[in-house]
Amino acid sequence: MSPFAASDVLIEVAYFIATALFILSLKWMSSPTTARRGVLAGEAGMALAIVGTLLHRGIVEYRWVVIALVLGTVIGIPLGRVAMTAVPQRTALSHAFGALCVTLVGTAEFYLRAPNVPKFLMAVLSMEVILGSLTLTGSLMAAGKLQEVLPQRPITYKGQNFVNLSLLAIAVIVAVLLVLDPSRTHLYPLIVVIPLVFGVMMIIPIGGADMPTVISLLNSYAGLSAAAMGFVLDSKLLIVAGALDGASGFILSVNMSKAMNRSFTNVLFGAFGQEQTAAAGKEEARPVRSATAEESAAILAAANKVVIVPGYGMAVSQAQHKVRELYDALTKRGVDVKFGIHPVAGRMPGHMNVLLAEADIPYDKLLDMDEINGDFPQTDVALIIGANDVTNPAARTDPSSPIYGMPILDVDKARTVMVIKRGMAAGFAGIENPLYYLDRTLMLFGDAKGFVGNIVRELSGSSHS
Amino acid sequence: MKLDLLSSLYVFMLAAFIGFEVIRRVSPLLHTPLMSLTNALDAIAVVGAIILAGEHKTTLATILGTIAIVSATSNIVGGFIITDRMLKMFKSSGARKA
Repeated sequence: MSPFAASDVLIEVAYFIATALFILSLKWMSSPTTARRGVLAGEAGMALAIVGTLLHRGIVEYRWVVIALVLGTVIGIPLGRVAMTAVPQRTALSHAFGALCVTLVGTAEFYLRAPNVPKFLMAVLSMEVILGSLTLTGSLMAAGKLQEVLPQRPITYKGQNFVNLSLLAIAVIVAVLLVLDPSRTHLYPLIVVIPLVFGVMMIIPIGGADMPTVISLLNSYAGLSAAAMGFVLDSKLLIVAGALDGASGFILSVNMSKAMNRSFTNVLFGAFGQEQTAAAGKEEARPVRSATAEESAAILAAANKVVIVPGYGMAVSQAQHKVRELYDALTKRGVDVKFGIHPVAGRMPGHMNVLLAEADIPYDKLLDMDEINGDFPQTDVALIIGANDVTNPAARTDPSSPIYGMPILDVDKARTVMVIKRGMAAGFAGIENPLYYLDRTLMLFGDAKGFVGNIVRELSGSSHS
Repeated sequence: MKLDLLSSLYVFMLAAFIGFEVIRRVSPLLHTPLMSLTNALDAIAVVGAIILAGEHKTTLATILGTIAIVSATSNIVGGFIITDRMLKMFKSSGARKA
């Protein structure tokens, strides 16, 4: 016994230090200046925990462990090297992987212990497996929609919420039956399969604009299921890591819901598609003012202060590098250029910041909605690239609008508003945007990348003459 | 057993509070790397999978544990790599001019 006790203590110490490193890791993420240190702390904690676990005296067979670790690394490296535009689907996919791991471990633990599973253990194990399974398929569906291998449009049908809630209710009832009598092992597959189906059904009615909320929510579920696994395995390290991840996902989901002025339940149980029909119908051909790249370049060059508002359209059109050229051209002329970023711009929280940082735009120029909104009245030009609903003033003024009450970027307070847009079609949510018909608004029709490129060319052309 | 459970619940509660306090302070600028980092940290579930696959108690447990290690490890490796790649890109105005 005594030779083993030493390694036990060593393992516990490794886990203890790893837990502290994980907390520090997240603490250092608070600022871009310390964030990379945070990654190092996380890596060190992870390495310690894995090495510590390999010393575990229960391990008799290393072959499969080593093969699996190597295989996981081989799969993980390309997943870490995807393009920045593909980060949302990569994140969804990694939630699915995390959930798969948790579900498989839970399942194995159940069959190892059944039929003598204590009630509390069975309860947390059920929670682990239910959350894990629904996160697995839900995340795969989300990744499929983001990668556009699945249709992005929300699919709704009558009684959808009833079907979904019933599925979840049945899974919970089965779990309760198992807790009451864990020897009913034949019931166990149901608490895996039903949530797997629920995960698919849950994401079917969700559209692209709701993805930031959904990804955050799935992140939270993945964390909670890992924490539940910590209870099952009596691992404090896992409980802490899961709780941190769950808290992070929860905070992000609340942020996202707030930024869309919608509740959690509304995102999950009310696809935008059902509400927009009310707003449509009053469509009329109102005149808009449009401008060419040459005219836009002249207005931008004469401005003192420009705020660029990017949206998902910028990512789709891969315009971020052209936007950087525009930023450089204007900054060189002494124009003060900043970026106004709405929390739900893009397909996941913080998506736009990553794309703009990749294009080498300094992060101190990327401002959050709350930071930039006070600046718009003193702004000469607000240039909107591929964003729509997050700039819609109807959210402030029109109580009948489906997005009424949603916090928006107050671009309509700038002296001139320029909107780069392919055509006059409504945005993702299908809601008309009165911004386009204002006297101060100029519509720049065209592809974001192409149009910004033309403006840059005009700006550099005139500087030579 | 009962005491273990109780202390686990305490740990969970405290960790959740720490999580809320720490993550509330993360700038919205870094929300994407935050998510990929927490995702990598969450893959610490690999320790459970390693023990499961290594203990070799039943064939089923070994198979499930092995697959679980693969999926968790890919999250650890991929998650840390992409988080660091993203963070490397964030430069301040001063750093860029220099």
